[in-house]
Amino acid sequence: MRILALIAKRLFWFVPTAAGLIAVVFFISRIVPSDPVALIAGETASRAQIELLRTKLGLDRPLLVQLIDYYGQLIKGDLGTSLFTTRPVADDLLARLPATIELTLAAMLIAVVFGIPLGVVSATRRNSGIDHGLRIVSVAGLAIASFWLALILQLLFAMKLGLLPLQGRITGFPPKAITGFMTIDALLAGRLDRFWSALAHLALPAITLAVPALATIVRFTRAGVLDTLSRPFVDYQRATGIPQALIVWKYVLRNALTSTVTQIGLLFGILLAGAVVIETVFQWPGIGTYAFEAILHSDYAAVMGFTVYAGGIFMLVNLLVDIVHGLIDPRGGAA
Amino acid sequence: MNGTLLAVHRIARDRSAALGLFLVAIVVLAAIFAPWLSTHPEAVWDMNPVNRLKPPDRDWLFGTDRMGADIFSRVLFGARITLLIALVAVGASLLIGVPIGLWAGWSDWWIGEALMRVSDVFLAVPQIVLAIAIAQTLGPSIENVILALSVTYWPWFARLVYAEVRTLKRETFIEAAIALGVPPHRIVMRHVLPNVASPIIVRASIGMGFTILTAASLGFLGLGAPPPAPEWGRMISESREFLPEAWWYALAPGMAIFIVVMGFNLLGDGLRDVLDPRLRRSHDR
Repeated sequence: MRILALIAKRLFWFVPTAAGLIAVVFFISRIVPSDPVALIAGETASRAQIELLRTKLGLDRPLLVQLIDYYGQLIKGDLGTSLFTTRPVADDLLARLPATIELTLAAMLIAVVFGIPLGVVSATRRNSGIDHGLRIVSVAGLAIASFWLALILQLLFAMKLGLLPLQGRITGFPPKAITGFMTIDALLAGRLDRFWSALAHLALPAITLAVPALATIVRFTRAGVLDTLSRPFVDYQRATGIPQALIVWKYVLRNALTSTVTQIGLLFGILLAGAVVIETVFQWPGIGTYAFEAILHSDYAAVMGFTVYAGGIFMLVNLLVDIVHGLIDPRGGAA
Repeated sequence: MNGTLLAVHRIARDRSAALGLFLVAIVVLAAIFAPWLSTHPEAVWDMNPVNRLKPPDRDWLFGTDRMGADIFSRVLFGARITLLIALVAVGASLLIGVPIGLWAGWSDWWIGEALMRVSDVFLAVPQIVLAIAIAQTLGPSIENVILALSVTYWPWFARLVYAEVRTLKRETFIEAAIALGVPPHRIVMRHVLPNVASPIIVRASIGMGFTILTAASLGFLGLGAPPPAPEWGRMISESREFLPEAWWYALAPGMAIFIVVMGFNLLGDGLRDVLDPRLRRSHDR
């Protein structure tokens, strides 16, 4: 029952926050210094034509009425039409979403698989060379501009050494889309060669994207493990003769991970934001590249659509993390 | 005054904080003395097709770019743009966020609550997503980047100050001041604000690094200062056309971003240890 109450409470706040986000995006889109109607109508349009278009687009009505209309459109799933692709923005984004999610999940996987053990090692060998080295790396990982790291890795591994593909998602024809994740689709099609191709294409962008998340996970795991190591139950287990490795990797780690799990939800935001720029560098056909192309072509509906979409996904993920966290750690329910 | 001296002394003793201060100082000095330090101050904004895409050598320390401009000199002048954007954006966020946080935290008036809900909306999405939307709508320029970053960053300060004020309000010395009839504005300015100053300073330092990264990303996406301004993010973006031959093109601007962000992050971590005694225990670990 407590969990249901928690979910209800989170959902209760989700709706007004989402509505607020949409309102913010709406007002941003209305602060254009130039007249958007004149922009759409083109330079040769007469004054009468512009006024006609303004009435047709409903831009002559009060802002609040327009905002309510905008909500009405969004509820129907209508994000407007892209000037560049001439397709509905919502369809464009939906088609590109799996690529972004595949990239983000791969980066998260790398960050967790490497970050947690490194954090534990850093904590158990406190103030050793490894610990200092990892601290420097994790501070550096948060300070590096991801798009620059992406370029450097491309230059090194793709252009100079030729070990990995430069950009794109796969060489040749993609496998039939089932899940939209190219690596999984290739496996489902039983094509190992396609799988390796997709994986090789995924490697560089996922590693680049994982770096800041990895740094954060190392830091939080280290702090959590150190905190747990000083608790009495660890002394007790040591006294009973349980091997140190078992204590650390099983009992301590399990207790130390609660703060890391919370971080993973927040990290998703960092990853999503990072994906916008990294996808651009690697020509990864996700929503980030879409946003970049929209910026390039001044495709105003597409940029706004991307903002609402990315913001909405991010809020949904945080909602899910909150709920999962409530399930894992019942103590958090009171907060 | 003595407190300030003590803090500076502690920062100087803390190795990573001192390194952070050092890195920030280098970049600040580079920005101030750019016209004198640059080896080719004349080749920063102008076209020099003869010197196009030269690799680094004794004459062109970091090589030249597609316009034949000296990358070393451009990076130095770029420090001015970067620091200007970050200082103004973080400063404006402080000026908006801190009063809102103080006011909403102190008074129970519904407008304060409403403003905090507005800040929640901004905190609910990654900063760069909203910044892209604003910068795109307003058009690429330094002023618009600053505006986009300020509008999306103030909620961090508002939220931080709000939480601190809410905790402080229950402290005995504040309750005593209320009981003595000290006017609220005086309590807030003389007793509450000095107590929330430390976390604000720490947040501002880390915020500088964060803002510089976001500003560089906007520049990379083509939403920053228009060319030929020597904006680091845009310089890296330009270099993509000339890889792998012009391998030096992106190197210097990327390192510059790294140095300044690393500097502010280390400084922020160090300041946290020095200024915030509650968290100091985390430092020895």
